[in-house]
Amino acid sequence: MKLKTALLGAAAAFALAPAAYAERGADGEVKLTFPQAVSIMNPYLSSGTKDVNGSAFVLEPMAGFDAEGNLIPKLAVEIPTLDNGGVAEDLTSITWKLKPGLLWSDGSPVTAEDAVFTAAYCMDPAGGCAQASKFDGVASVEAVDATTVKVTFSGPKPNPYTAFVGSLSPVIQKAQFTPCLGAAAPTCTDANSMPIGTGPFTVTSFTVNDTVTFAANASYRDPAKPAFATAVIKGGGDAESSARAVMETGEFDYAWNTQIPPDSQNAMAAAGKGQFVVAFGTLVERIEMNMTDPSPDLPDGERATAKHPHPVLSDIRVRTALSKAIDRQILVEVGYGAGGSPTCNIVPAPAAWASDNTGCIAQDMPGAMALLDEAGWMAGADGIREKDGKKLSILYQTTVNPVRQDFQALIKDWWTELGVEVELKAIDPSVFFGGDAGSPDTFQKFYADVEMYANNSDGTDPETYLSQYQCKNAPSPDNQWQGENMNRYCDPAYDAMVVEFSQTRDIAERQTIAKKLNDMVTKDSMTVIPLVHRGTLSAHSNALGGVQINAWDVEMWNIADWFRVK
Amino acid sequence: MLTFTLRRLLISIPTLLFISLVIFLLVDLAPGSPLSEIPLTVPPDVRQKMMEALGADQPVFVRYVLWLRQFFIVEPLYMLDGWFGTNMAGDQQRILSWQSRVPVFTIIGQRIPQTLTVIGTAYLVGVLIALPIGIYSAYRQYSLFDQFGTLFAMIGFSVPTFFSGTLFIIIFAVWLGWFPTKYNTQLQVVDWDTFLLQLRQMALPVMTLGLANAAAISRYMRSSMLDNMTQDYVRTARAKGMTEQTVVLKHVLRNSMIPVVTVIALGIPSIFGGAIITENLFGVNGIGAALIGAINASDLPMVQTLAFIFAALIVLFNLIADVLYGLLDPRIRYD
Repeated sequence: MKLKTALLGAAAAFALAPAAYAERGADGEVKLTFPQAVSIMNPYLSSGTKDVNGSAFVLEPMAGFDAEGNLIPKLAVEIPTLDNGGVAEDLTSITWKLKPGLLWSDGSPVTAEDAVFTAAYCMDPAGGCAQASKFDGVASVEAVDATTVKVTFSGPKPNPYTAFVGSLSPVIQKAQFTPCLGAAAPTCTDANSMPIGTGPFTVTSFTVNDTVTFAANASYRDPAKPAFATAVIKGGGDAESSARAVMETGEFDYAWNTQIPPDSQNAMAAAGKGQFVVAFGTLVERIEMNMTDPSPDLPDGERATAKHPHPVLSDIRVRTALSKAIDRQILVEVGYGAGGSPTCNIVPAPAAWASDNTGCIAQDMPGAMALLDEAGWMAGADGIREKDGKKLSILYQTTVNPVRQDFQALIKDWWTELGVEVELKAIDPSVFFGGDAGSPDTFQKFYADVEMYANNSDGTDPETYLSQYQCKNAPSPDNQWQGENMNRYCDPAYDAMVVEFSQTRDIAERQTIAKKLNDMVTKDSMTVIPLVHRGTLSAHSNALGGVQINAWDVEMWNIADWFRVK
Repeated sequence: MLTFTLRRLLISIPTLLFISLVIFLLVDLAPGSPLSEIPLTVPPDVRQKMMEALGADQPVFVRYVLWLRQFFIVEPLYMLDGWFGTNMAGDQQRILSWQSRVPVFTIIGQRIPQTLTVIGTAYLVGVLIALPIGIYSAYRQYSLFDQFGTLFAMIGFSVPTFFSGTLFIIIFAVWLGWFPTKYNTQLQVVDWDTFLLQLRQMALPVMTLGLANAAAISRYMRSSMLDNMTQDYVRTARAKGMTEQTVVLKHVLRNSMIPVVTVIALGIPSIFGGAIITENLFGVNGIGAALIGAINASDLPMVQTLAFIFAALIVLFNLIADVLYGLLDPRIRYD
């Protein structure tokens, strides 16, 4: 976090100097490279970060988040709040007011009708909108007048900043997308590839999964911005080659998502052409414990369901011992370097929402052993602990990924030292995360004892994220193995607190509840054992100024402010 | 010869249909979901809706028949419409990529140019290097040149392109700074300067692939030459007092080229197929990169269409190689 602050400071210092005499298009071309290329420019049809980073050049929401996670107005005049009357007293509606004189890049005026249309577009059940959850609980969106949009919710909504907030939920142009409503959404190739927007740039060419070129938007509301006349995003290759193109050969100004091993980070930074920047959001690499029995001997339909509690992991002492045996600091050094830090929380940030729980950071092997002894697991002849003739053996699964395989090997060593037999399994990510109910290897089915992956909460408020651990969200044959409570964790007290969370309006109280919920699934019950708080690592050239890496919105959130350092 | 060609063409129709079914089933049965790249923050019911919007929840045979219709009827109609400005296809659904919602043939159209330029040039360079090396190595068997040629071929064969490519990047781009590492697909060659830029950005991928291609072909050329050098007709030619040049380049080379031409022709479909690793490494983003990207994203329509086109090209170039063989060697007749 310190590094991030220092980098932000440096970037901010650069940003202030030339702003006074900046002029639109004076700085030529800015070149970005993404290891995964942009596939589509419409975030409503894809929420892949690569795509949203591209569309943020062109499409803008009413409000976005700055680098600290604070709401900032984009198309809106100001952020509607209870105090300024923008949010209704009973929290059932929010009223957005557009800045006066806004124009689309084709020169036509931006009106409240565009926002009304955007909502209709995403809420159409046949459209397959990827951001439908942003419009959850929205009863109606109406245009009060040409520049005022009122979003009415079906009930009180403590966090009304979902629809039209952040780069995932921008306002699209009604005129362009009218033929693309509902089932026609995917067939509108031109609109999806080259949307008309209000942002600092317009798309000049788009080749799928390869290159997007942009030119400064002549109708952009700030006449002095953007500083660059053109921009290009080149996709493809891998994180290593993208980082090299910025840090070593200097062909590009910015490389997004350059997650490379710590030793390569150091070697490239030594070339002196650029620097790595890291943004810590809410992404946490964790081990999830299976609270149900995944044994293949159980009949189909009962395996890994609440009917059969896990024979070993149901004992909290075993779960705690497994967590104590892990040295999280070493995991960070091996896997992420500057791009990670050890954590004991599933909500690690923003600071106001994160619990102060650090009890797991120091490795405690003797403590772990004592716990297993206490639980009745005694060392057997071959060094593997046994209880009632049953060996303490664990199947540990994750996705195919070099860092995760390193983690598996390290953790297996520690657990073996503890006297636990560990079998490792690595699954192709497209299968693991694919959610195919017919496959035995999805993370929802969880036919293993523990599994490791990363998950994050969307935005700064973790309500949706924490509510995933409710009993009803456990994947099971009854819901075709859909659901986010992979552990089948089930605590009525937790569920009750989630309900309380959804009814609490006061921010300070909400933060207290979030911390309690976080503690309940982590240190209190050891259902989830967080390992590493992961940041996103990107690289930018020393000749590029204005970059403020942002974990709460896309990294290109302030692309209008980027400039060439001369 | 004509009957032979026609017969082969007709046989290839059921072959290709069968191949298309096998590919479709393979791709469909392969594990993975088109939504695996979507962040975990998107809830399951939204995912379900997205699958329905893609048509991915339909039964496999419905999708197969739909794909056949789109591939053999709708897409050709679109192509004709494009050429003649007609509107025979109307607004019938084209084959759309699940990942980008762009028609698959539009993507192929965007990617063919750089694949043909880069991979095609690498193939051509490979052949042009390989033939002289193969010929001279055989003529001076076990000479120093032959030993070096063998070493070169062994390196080209055994060093994978992801290694040689990275090595070239570090030497020529990072240390020497001569060539760019990322290929700019938007570069338009309009004058001398842009032509030089194009040459520079092609240098690294062409070098990497050319080495691998040249290695294989030079070995074929060498062994084919060696087979012929000891033949009676060569001794006869020498006995007639012909110059060494005539003996080697006219008598021996012509006869030795017959198997080599077949090998070269059979390698041509691989140009269209692109080079997955090299294209990815240098950001050429041609067909090969499209295929691997589509496989990773479980983009079934894209994988299916590309794999089928490769299959069709391989069948076609096998036929061409057979026909060429007959033309080059009058002793071979298929009738």
